[in-house]
Order: sequence, then structure tokens, then C-alpha cells
Amino acid sequence: MNAPVTTAPAAITPEIIAQHGLKPDEYQRLLKILGRTPSMTELGIFSVMWSEHCSYKSSRVWLRTLPTSGPQVIQGPGENAGVVDLGDGDCVVFKMESHNHPSYIEPYQGAATGVGGIMRDVFTMGARPVANLNALRFGAPGHEKTRHLVSGVVSGIGGYGNCVGVPTVGGETNFDAGYNNNILVNAMCVGLARTDKIFYSAAKGVGLPVIHVGSKTGRDGIHGATMASAEFDEKSAEKRPTVQVGDPFTEKLLIEACLELMATDMIIAIQDMGAAGLTSSTSEMADKGGVGIELNMDLVPQRETGMTAYEMMLSESQERMLVILKPGREAEAQAIFVKWGLDFAVIGKTTDTGRMIITHKGVVEADIPVATLADSAPLYERPWYPCVSPKVILPEWVAAPGSILGALKTMMGGPELCSRAWIWQQYDHMVMGDTIQRPGGDAAIVRVHGTRKGIAATCDVTPRYVLADPEMGTKQAVVETWRNLCAVGADPLAITDNMNFANPERPEIMGQFVASVKGMSEACRALDYPVVSGNVSLYNETNGVGIPPTPAIGGVGLVPDVSKTADLKLNRTGDLLILVGREQGWLGQSLYQSIIAGKLEGAPPAVDLADEIKAGRLVRALIRQGLVSAVHDCSDGGLLVTVAEMALGGNIGVELFPYEGKLPAHAIWFGEDQGRYVLSVAPERAEDVLERARLLALPARIIGRVGGDCVALKGEPPLQLSDLRTTHEGWFPKFMG
Amino acid sequence: MLRASVIVFPGSNCDRDVKVALERTVGANVSMVWHNDASVPASDIIVIPGGFSYGDYLRCGAMAAHSAIMRDVVAKAKAGTPVLGICNGFQIVTEAGLLPGVLMRNESLRFTCRDVHLKVEQTDTVFTNAYSKGQVIKVPIAHAEGNYFTSPETLARLEGEGRIVMRYCDRTGKIDQAANPNGALANIAGICDERRRVVAMMPHPERMYEEALGGSDGRGVFESAVGSLVG
Repeated sequence: MNAPVTTAPAAITPEIIAQHGLKPDEYQRLLKILGRTPSMTELGIFSVMWSEHCSYKSSRVWLRTLPTSGPQVIQGPGENAGVVDLGDGDCVVFKMESHNHPSYIEPYQGAATGVGGIMRDVFTMGARPVANLNALRFGAPGHEKTRHLVSGVVSGIGGYGNCVGVPTVGGETNFDAGYNNNILVNAMCVGLARTDKIFYSAAKGVGLPVIHVGSKTGRDGIHGATMASAEFDEKSAEKRPTVQVGDPFTEKLLIEACLELMATDMIIAIQDMGAAGLTSSTSEMADKGGVGIELNMDLVPQRETGMTAYEMMLSESQERMLVILKPGREAEAQAIFVKWGLDFAVIGKTTDTGRMIITHKGVVEADIPVATLADSAPLYERPWYPCVSPKVILPEWVAAPGSILGALKTMMGGPELCSRAWIWQQYDHMVMGDTIQRPGGDAAIVRVHGTRKGIAATCDVTPRYVLADPEMGTKQAVVETWRNLCAVGADPLAITDNMNFANPERPEIMGQFVASVKGMSEACRALDYPVVSGNVSLYNETNGVGIPPTPAIGGVGLVPDVSKTADLKLNRTGDLLILVGREQGWLGQSLYQSIIAGKLEGAPPAVDLADEIKAGRLVRALIRQGLVSAVHDCSDGGLLVTVAEMALGGNIGVELFPYEGKLPAHAIWFGEDQGRYVLSVAPERAEDVLERARLLALPARIIGRVGGDCVALKGEPPLQLSDLRTTHEGWFPKFMG
Repeated sequence: MLRASVIVFPGSNCDRDVKVALERTVGANVSMVWHNDASVPASDIIVIPGGFSYGDYLRCGAMAAHSAIMRDVVAKAKAGTPVLGICNGFQIVTEAGLLPGVLMRNESLRFTCRDVHLKVEQTDTVFTNAYSKGQVIKVPIAHAEGNYFTSPETLARLEGEGRIVMRYCDRTGKIDQAANPNGALANIAGICDERRRVVAMMPHPERMYEEALGGSDGRGVFESAVGSLVG
């Protein structure tokens, strides 16, 4: 073995090791693998590959337990994104990924590059990105940084996606003091490809040219992956230089150039340079292909002068891809990139040595067995404490409000439930000309271009439920995405997940993670709704205070015919409103409890997976048979909020019938029982719909009638829709100034 | 059959949308023309679509206005070929001097994407003759720089010559500041040249050509082109 010569400091000190985020025992492991002291470049390479962000060293043992296969799954976790069959040779490619730490330090660029990165993960697979979504968690509205972060993150997401020309069609936003010093920015991208044109990252074959395309390599983002794997403290702002800068214009050109290249037969393998840049892309491609790889750093297109091999290997400069071509096709491929004004450089080749050899200015800077880079990362079975299930709160224990409609108005006019239009109007959600359902509904629908089919997508999790009971809360997050897809008439296909947790070295945090994975597994198995891609973001804590556990779920479904869908907007006066699903008046962990009663406690609502399946099937069938004119699932805020959102959406009022059961009225109107939908049905069809629910043993009842210009409830003065709208739509613009 | 050329700059992102809308609404035969090409093929109309040409990094439309293809577009426009500029295309035709004025940053300083209502005030242009005068249509906007501005003299001239083709209004047709989404002078959403053959507008008619997309009021722009040119 050639000991690499290096220009770096002669001695690797414990300080240098610590700066690279490696624990002493991890460094010992490195020494054992190499059989000698590493060069600085090698130390850098191992440090990023072994970072939590790249290696999933704390989470892998648990992630393996997730259901990831099914007849619809073409590619599960392990590639750049998951791939699911849509029939007719079409497939959908999607994934969600976090950009939490960079977005807190530099909100515009952090969020923008998060969007850019996830789009590259998708088009790397051969898919044209057709929809972006995002799941955002900010601190309390009153916290000094919140407005600045909201403004920067939203304009960063818009600035990137709008320019690239991919519609941002959905998402969700929460405010909670638990995210004051550690916001979450999770970006999801959905793309469409043909099943016979999917591209993978395995560099199979020896002597193949390795090509660096897109932007040049600069010094930005060095050690971004390591930063993303560390906790925050007062000095985190000093990490600003490790945040990358995005260039959506180059991304747009890169998408077009790569899709043009993919239309040929020149590509052996392709991979984007995301976290840990050249290091992770080259080692993963070589490892999957079972080959060695040699790179000459002198050939890397460089944005700055005097860059070292260490810097180039660790750079996270954006908008770059690594392509392995069939030999002899370089000139043909280059012409495509030249046309789009992008750099194209052969920087190395695959070999039969099984080693990654990095040379720079005639010096070997790194010489590492490829297999050890990919497979040798430490794998931790971190200790964990089981979570304690909180007690169930009975509806009678929660105080009634002075006025039901008054409470509704208060809830709908606050940060938890107010309109998010201020956010999504900053996103181009119509470009590409196939947006069938826009943001603001249960799920967005984008048509499969040139067909009658559509893709429905949604992002959901209710962090307060997960905090109270990680297993049930995560199960709820999965079923909420499932329900949102059913509510627009889509057949749910699969999910991507973005597991945002605090420090896994604390057993109580690891316990949250373990319980969350368990809940997700159970729900996905029961619903035949596998996990096909995902991302884990750990160490989301600042000065020892962790975030609420936040497993964001991105659900994707197939709409067989976009003319047979539903949305939540009431549109037919005289219709009856039918509630489908079981009612227990579940107020524990409800928004009513938090906003009106002022005390959030107890167990989150229980999920009944068998009932969910029945209700979802019923709703989809009713939509396709044209028996409903509007549908909305019940979630945050409960039944009355559901109905009010439907009324506001269609700008038609509702007259609610008195509830005659045994539960307290406020528990009926604000309880957050799961598995429920509100349907708007023509009166002559109502009995038919109720009967069909009865046949499935699903409770269903008529709760009101569509019409008028207010939300009316017997015994209370009616609430004018215009009045409710002012409150509902007013909070966000007023907050942002 | 209507022959249309759609100009594609690096960073254009509504080029395909316009092509599809032209094909689906009026069955046009559409050629996509790359920015480096020297000339536009023989066409009945030229469309400059929306997007972020050259990244909009200098000033929206400024670099595109100096591209190779724009020299020919300007020459053909002067020779009488109708030109439609949409969104970034509006910015480009003003930068290229085909129409007066500039598109400044939205008053809100934010990118804004939503449906707006427009009052079609001039129906004798190549791209609006299928509408009735004063008709209120619903079409979306999606831009950060749509705040039309020009000198008082030019504004007076545009008004006097009836070249303000469409203005932002509310659903009833009322034109006021509440209905102005970007701060545009006199609620201007679209203007035309003296010969009424070059028309530019910030809203996107190609995004509203069928009910599945939320409305079909945008069809009229493409149907107009056919009405004024073919048979």
C-alpha cells in the first residue's frame, strides 16, 4: 500500500480529530482500517462518510425494520429516491430531505439549497421533477427570530423552485416554541419517469470515464454534512460559511441537460453531489458497482484558485452531478452540456483495484479501499428508554367554552389554523400547466403530463401528538397522509419520511425514535403503504434542548382519472353534510385543549387502522362514482374546523344540526378523533351514502346542510363567513407585517 | 393552421406550457426556437414565454433582449409579425424596445402567484379580439417583477392611443388599488404597440385554457391569434 504523501499538518492531533466530528473510538477504527495514520484528505473523507448525516449510524438498525416493498415498488430506500409504478410504463420518483441546520443559520440559502438538493435526488433517477412540497416548523410566533426565519425560508424555497420552474404545490407549517432555536425545513420533490428509463448509481464496469458536470467546485459547504450532524450552540452562527449558496438557474439548465443525456444510451450511472459532495458520490457509485475509482483533482472544474484535494473532496458546492459514461461517448455527451452552457470534465476513471485513489498535482492524497468507506461506518445500537404512554383524557374533564362558534373563530384566527396563503402564494404552484389541485386542500394533484392520470401528494405530521406518544403520533402521521390522499380521490401508493429528532445519544431521544419507527411500520404494513425513501436528521437541539420529535411523512397516491377527484370547497347549496367515522370526543392533545382550555395534556387520539382502511375505500369509491360534491378529512381542530374550512373554501355557509348524543358538545365539535371525513352529498343521495357506510360498519350521520353565508349552530348567534374569513386570512399577513 | 414560434432562452420555464396551450386550444403548429439561433422560422405569431431567462440575474429580461434570436424577433416584429410576450416575455420585449416602460419589483417585494381578474379594454389587437370589450377574465399571475412603470408622458400616450390592453380589476370589473396585485401604474396588466400586433401581459393565459386547470379564460388570447390571421 502506498502511504499517501500529504501537504497537511504532519500530526493528526486529538483536536483535529474532534474538529472533524470523530469520536476517539471512531478514529481508532479508522486507524485499524487503513493500517496507518490517515492523510488530512483521508481524515476528511472518513469524517464526512461516517457523519450521522451520511452513515445513518444511529438510525440504520431501526430503519431496517420498516416495510419497504410491495408490488407497486420499483425502487425502495438505498438509491437517490424511491420509485413507484403508476402503470402504463409511468412511474413516480420521490423523496423528502431536511435542510434544518443550514436554514437556521442562513434561512434563504439554507432553504433554497434544500429544494435544489432534493430535486437533484429526483432527476438523478431519470425523472422530471413535477411537484415540490415542504414541511416547515418554526419557533413560537413571538420568538425574536421567527419572523426573520419564516420570511427567509419561504422566499428561499420560492426563489429556487420558481426559477427552476417546478410548481410548489403543497406543504405544512407549524409554530411551536420547541423549534425556537432549531427550525425544521423538510423539502420533498416528486418526479415522473418511464419505467424503462430509470437511472441508478452503480458504476458497473472498469475503465469507464468519470465526469463532473454542472457548476464548478468551490469552497462552499465544506463539512456541511458534519455540521448537520452536530448540536447547536451560541457559536453556531459562526458556521454560516458552511452553508452552500444555490443557483436555481444552473439547476434548471442541469435538469434539461441531464434529461437530454438520459434520452440517449450513453449513461452507465449517474449521481448528484449532495451532502459530502465528491466524496460520497464517488465512493457510493464505486461501491455499488464493485469497482475502484481514480480521480485526478487537477481536472476538477474549480471556482477558486489554490484549492486543495481536501477542499475539493469535501466541497458541497451545489448543482453538480457525477456521471459514469460508456467509454468513447465523451464528445457526444459534452456537446449536450456545452449547449446548455455547463461545465463538463472527465476527472477520472473506474478501475479494478477496489480502491479510491485521489491524486492532486502528482501527489497521492488518498488511497482507501472503497468497500471500507461505504460499509465500515460505525453502526450503533444506542441505548434507549421506552416511552411512557400518557393517560387518556375523558371529554368531561375538559372545560366547555362560553360559545362554540366563538371558540371556532379564536382557533381559526390563530397561528395554528390560520390560512397559509401568505406562504404558498409566494410559490409558483401552476407552472408546468398540470396543477389540478392547488395548495390549500387536503392533497395537491398534478396531472401526469399528456395523460388523464394524476399524482396526489401531501406532507403531514402533528408534532404535539408525537411528543405525547411517539408511536401513536407517528402512526397518526402516516394515516393522515393516507387520509388526505383518499380525500381527493387518490389511491395511496407509498411514503417518504423525514425523521427529525434531537440527540440520539440521549436514551430518551433514542426511545422516541424507536417508538416512532415502530408506529410507522405498523401503519405502513396495515395500509400496504411502504416507505420507499427517506432521510434522518438527528442532533436537532441547541444548548441541550431538543426539538419535539417530528417524523414528517410525505404521501403519494395515484389518481386514475383527474376528472374524478374531489376537493374541500363546498359548491352546492342544499347538499347535506355527512360525517363518516367513529366519534369519541377525543380532546387529549387537541388544539381545543391547547388554545381554548389552555393546557395540552394526555394521550393523542388513537388510530384504528382497520377503520381507516374502510373509510378511505368508501370515500374513494364515492368520489369516483360522483356521489359527493366536496370532501375534507377531519384533522387539527376537529369537526367544526373541518366544516368551517369547507365553507370558507367554497364561500358558502353551513347550517349545523344540533348534536343529540351523550358526549359534551365541545368534544363533538372540537375532538380530534381519527379516521373521519366530512362529505357534501345531494339530499336524494344521502340515504344511499349512509347505507353504504352502515354496510361497512362505519358510523355515519348527517351533521348539517350547505347554504347561506354563515356558519350557523342552534342556540348561538351565527358566525358570518366574511367575518370568519377576515380573521382566518388576516393572521399571517398581519404577523409578517 | 396557425404557425407559432416559441422562443426558448436558458431559464425559460413556461415554454412548454405555451406550446401545449397553443396546440390544445387552436391546434397550432408550434416550433421551439433556441436563443442562439440566428432567425425565427416563418411564423404567423412569435411567443416569448415566461420564466427566468439567463436566471434574471442582471435585470429581468435584460440579457435576453440582447440575445442572437431577439435581433430577428425585433426585425420580424417591425416587419409586422405579431409578437406575444408573457410575464418574463413582457420584461424582455420592454428591454428590447418593442414596447415602452419597465417592470419593477412588486410593491409587496414578494413573488406572487394567484388568480387575478383582468378587464380586457382593447379588443382590436391580434391577441385580444376574441374577447368582448370590457370583459372581465380570470387568469393567474406568477411574478416578482410585474409592477409596470413608465413616464407620465408615455402613460398619457398609451391611454390616448388605447394601448392599455388589460388592467387588473376585481371580479366585478372595478379597477382600484385593492385589485392591483403588484403596484402597477394605472393597474396595467398588458399593453400593445401602435400597430396592435405586439402585445405583452404579465398574467399567464396558458395556465387557464381548460376547466381542469381552474378556468378557461386564457383561451381567448390564442383564439384571437387564429381569428385575426387565419382564413
